[in-house]
Amino acid sequence: MTDANHTLDPSQLPDAEALLLILAGKLKPLLKANTALVGIHSGGVWLMQRLLVLLADQIKLHQIEHGTLDVSFYRDDYAQRGLKAENRPSQIAFDVENKHIILIDDVFYTGRTTRAAMNELFDYGRPASISLIALINRGGRELPIAPQIVAAELSLAASQHLQLTQLADGSLALELTPQHNSARP
Amino acid sequence: MNNPQLDTDGQLRHLLSIEGLPKKILNQILDTAESFVGVAEREVKKVPLLRGKTVCNLFFENSTRTRTTFEIAAKRLSADVISLNVSTSSQSKGETILDTVDNLIAMHADMFVVRHAQSGAAHLIAKHVPPHIHVINAGDGRHSHPTQGLLDVFTIRKYKPELHNLRVAIVGDVLHSRVARSEIHALTTLGVPEVRVIAPKTLLPAQVEKLGVHVYHDMDEGLKDVDVIMMLRLQNERMNGAMLPSSEEYFKTYGLTPERLALAKPDAIVMHPGPMNRGVEIDSTVADGKQSVILPQVTYGIAIRMAVMAILGGGTGVAL
Repeated sequence: MTDANHTLDPSQLPDAEALLLILAGKLKPLLKANTALVGIHSGGVWLMQRLLVLLADQIKLHQIEHGTLDVSFYRDDYAQRGLKAENRPSQIAFDVENKHIILIDDVFYTGRTTRAAMNELFDYGRPASISLIALINRGGRELPIAPQIVAAELSLAASQHLQLTQLADGSLALELTPQHNSARP
Repeated sequence: MNNPQLDTDGQLRHLLSIEGLPKKILNQILDTAESFVGVAEREVKKVPLLRGKTVCNLFFENSTRTRTTFEIAAKRLSADVISLNVSTSSQSKGETILDTVDNLIAMHADMFVVRHAQSGAAHLIAKHVPPHIHVINAGDGRHSHPTQGLLDVFTIRKYKPELHNLRVAIVGDVLHSRVARSEIHALTTLGVPEVRVIAPKTLLPAQVEKLGVHVYHDMDEGLKDVDVIMMLRLQNERMNGAMLPSSEEYFKTYGLTPERLALAKPDAIVMHPGPMNRGVEIDSTVADGKQSVILPQVTYGIAIRMAVMAILGGGTGVAL
C-alpha cells in the first residue's frame, strides 16, 4: 500500500529525460528474441521512439519489431465521454501471435488504458506474453494490473493530472495540471 | 440558426446532410475513418464501441450496396443490426413512417440509418426521435447522401492529400443526384479550390453555379487538367421525361472513355459511386483501368460509416 495520496508541487516533479535513461537501463535485459515493443499513444509512442534509439544495438541484435496502439476504440468510458476528437490509427505491422509484447505507456494510473490496450492486442492475435513498462507509476490503480518496470513511483492526489509532453526539440517533459472533470483511464 | 445535426455543444448528433456541417466536424469524421481503415486488416475485424447497441437500417428504397456497407460497418463496431426493407413491410399495409420508427424505438433501437425516395425523410425522423437516438441519412430523394459524399472526399484525400490544390470534375446527371450535391458541399467545405460540373443542360439543376461550381457542357473542355473525375450514374429510374435522346447518344457525349481520360492530368483518379452503367457513363476499360479507384471507394465507405456511427454512438458526442 502506498501512503495516502498527497498534492505534489510541480517543482518536485522528476526530470523526464533522466527517467527515460533509467527506463532504458531497466528495459535492456528484457529485450530478447521474439520480443516486440508497442507504444501506447501519445506519450508511450514518444517514449518508444526514444528507446528505439537508446537501445538500438539490442534492438538490432534481437531483431525486435515495434508498433503503436491508439486505444480509443477500446476505452471503457466511451459510453460516457464518446470518442476522442483526435485518434490515430493503431499500427501493428508484425505478427502478434506467440510474441512477447512489451507495452510502453508514459504514466500508469488506473490501469484502464492498459486493459484497453490488452484487449486491442488480442484482436491482432494471441501473444505469448504481455508486459508493461511505464515512465512513472503515479498511484491510484483501479484494476488488478500493474507495470513490471517503472522509472519512478509517485503518489499523486486524484485532483492532479500528470502527463508527458514532447517539446519542440523532441525532448520529453512531465507536466502537472489540475485534473479534468473525470478521471483519465 | 438551429441545426438539427448538431447538439448545443456543436457536436454531431445526427448526420442528415453535409450542407451545414462545419469543416471541423467533416475533418473529425475523415480522421476517425482513417483509424478504422486498419481495423479491416486485422485478425479480428471488430472493435467493441457499439457493443450492446442496436442499429436499425430503415430502407424505404432499395440499395444493396449502401445497406450492406452500413450493415458491415455497424457489425464491425459490435452493434446488433436489424435491416428492414420497409417498402415490402408495414408501409405497404398503410403504416406511417413515424409509426414504424416509434415501434422500433419501443424495441430499443439506438440508431437509425434511413434511406428514402423522398427528400427530408431522415430529417423528419431526426426531429421526431428522443435525444438519445441518432439518425443517419443514407440517401433521401434528390437531396443528400452524406456518407457517400464523405467517403468520396476520404478517397480523394487518400490519393491526393493536398485538397487545397485540386481541380475536381463531377460528370453526369447532377440534376437527379443527391451524391453530387453531397460531394459538392464536402469538397467546397474542405477547401478544394476548383469544382467543375460537366453535364448537358437538361441534367443540371437551375442555378447550380450558386453551389460554387464551374459549369461545363463540353466534356473535353471540362476534363482538361483535372486531378479527380467523379462520374455519376445516369439515373434512369428517376427520369420522368425525355431528357436525353438515348443512352448511346449520352455515352458519345458524356461517357468517360480512355481518350477523354487522357485529357485530365496523367495521374488523375476516376471515381464512381456505383452502381455503374458500363457503356453508358463509363467505358469498361476506364472503370477497370489503373486510374480507377472505384473499388477502394467501396472499402473506404465502410470506414466512413464506422466513423460516423462511432462518433454518434458514444457519450454526448466528442470528449475532450
